[in-house]
Amino acid sequence: MSEEPDTVASVIRDTALVRASGLVKRFGDFEAVRGIDVEVHRGEAFGFLGPNGAGKSSTMRMIACVSPRTSGDLRVLGGDPDVDGPRIRARIGVVPQQDNLDNELTVRQNLHVYGRYFGLPRAHVRARAEELLDFAQLTERADDEVEPLSGGMKRRLTIARSLVNDPELLLLDEPTTGLDPQARHLLWDRLFRLKQNGVTLIVTTHYMDEAEQLCDRLVVMDDGRVVAEGSPAELIRAHASREVVELRFAPGHQERAVPVARELAERVEALPDRLLLYTGDGEAALAAAHRRGLQPVATLVRRGTLEDVFLHLTGRSLVD
Amino acid sequence: MTQDVLTRPPGEPPPPPARSGLLPRVLPPGLYAGRAHTLVERSLLVNRRTWMAVVSGFFEPLFFLLALGQGLGALVGEVTGPDGQPLTYAEFVAPALLAASAMNGAIYDATYNIFFKFRYAKLYDAVLATPLGPVDVALGEISWALIRGGMYSGGFLVVMLGMGLVGSWWAVLALPAALLVAFAFAAVGMAATTWLRSWQDFEFVQLALVPMFLFSTTFYPLTVYPRPVQVAVEVFPLYHAIELMRGLATGVVHWGMLGHAAYFLVLAALGAVVASRRLGRLLLR
Repeated sequence: MSEEPDTVASVIRDTALVRASGLVKRFGDFEAVRGIDVEVHRGEAFGFLGPNGAGKSSTMRMIACVSPRTSGDLRVLGGDPDVDGPRIRARIGVVPQQDNLDNELTVRQNLHVYGRYFGLPRAHVRARAEELLDFAQLTERADDEVEPLSGGMKRRLTIARSLVNDPELLLLDEPTTGLDPQARHLLWDRLFRLKQNGVTLIVTTHYMDEAEQLCDRLVVMDDGRVVAEGSPAELIRAHASREVVELRFAPGHQERAVPVARELAERVEALPDRLLLYTGDGEAALAAAHRRGLQPVATLVRRGTLEDVFLHLTGRSLVD
Repeated sequence: MTQDVLTRPPGEPPPPPARSGLLPRVLPPGLYAGRAHTLVERSLLVNRRTWMAVVSGFFEPLFFLLALGQGLGALVGEVTGPDGQPLTYAEFVAPALLAASAMNGAIYDATYNIFFKFRYAKLYDAVLATPLGPVDVALGEISWALIRGGMYSGGFLVVMLGMGLVGSWWAVLALPAALLVAFAFAAVGMAATTWLRSWQDFEFVQLALVPMFLFSTTFYPLTVYPRPVQVAVEVFPLYHAIELMRGLATGVVHWGMLGHAAYFLVLAALGAVVASRRLGRLLLR
């Protein structure tokens, strides 16, 4: 690729793929999304992190042009979903929270038929399906029914299906929920490949490790609002600390330890089953705790994570 | 492992074809992509593997014809046809069963099958994530149901011909008439299905279909009823279908039959509009 001059075309290519401002979604009296501002740029992997019911899926459905917004402004690939829905959907891929594969068709037919929904010619769809079967490591199962596939395979097939139209933007709603660790890692590997190939990813998750692994940038959502925004490292720097000491006490002993712990760390979070001490140097804080006579039954020094960010911002853990 | 799976070679794939035809111009762009036929392709693919279930639907009216036309017909003797001419009982019942086969083929697909795909398989959620809209879904699924109803009717028409139960060349028009009847029943059936909440609710479908099948002059002429009941029967869609088929099969054709055809055109249009709206409202929330 040669360097292009700064033409109008390249400017357009650099603008946000998704731009939401004051975006609201209401279902009757219930306000699922309460005015969020979000921008997703080409080529990045963007995450919505938050507990169940935070409004992540509602936001995703609005971006996918299958749920009209109640108010606010939304632009996806430069278009307004209310007006350009079909044209936008032609250029995005969607992996819904629950696999909705076509159980009446085989693995390969799922890709064929889905490609036809996009109006792609049969020959193109057939060739594309073989590439995608390979990508999803499902070539050997191509002529099998969908139903007996494992959870991980179904998920991979759903992702393969979402790629049949060469989308510029891929929306993944909790891509690895319910999968075993091995299946999750395989899936993450596939998503990394997509990212390397320039596909813009938007991921929702309530797994902090997933968000840290996949996302260049993310927003933390709670109760329909965006409570923080940044790269995982930025968020951890701003809202947690480099290291965290976890102290578990015998039942009834935690409360007495709190005042002491507060003197040892920048900040202390008291969870029902443990104390979290936020500090730059975990080992030093732990040693100090022992010197001060604290007798936890179990200790752990770890680095700060997005879970701590969320805990700090909302006072709750991600997986309620 | 192909690394370049996702890099799009220049000029490929071709962009989706522009929408053509009349419908796209009168419908909002979000609802219709002009690609309903891709859902028919899907149905063909699915039913290619379960063709036995499709074929079995052909036998029901045939069994009725044998039992009633030949069996009961031996006791009944002759009945009076549309313009007063005498008909064997089999000649009288066969066109009505032809109409019923168009109805049944269409309505079972449009209710049971669509309910399953809509509520359980979540097929339409997946479809609406593509450029297709609810109108594509409604038209595509109704088309398949009407094809199925039409296949049953076509098969049954051949049986009627073989048994010498067709008295006129007008019967050639019975096939397009059956397609129209199937279209209307499929559209109304699909619209009604969007209101069904569980499999128990299918009792209501049966509650509508069984009396309609039995009382819409299928097995005896309208003159059997007192006038108030006649008026009620004349409201049933199946009554109009039977009038059409009986007229065409016996060759007693009159302008009033266009009225029956118009009845089904209106029903089909209403059903398709309501089904599309309901799908859109339920799925695009």
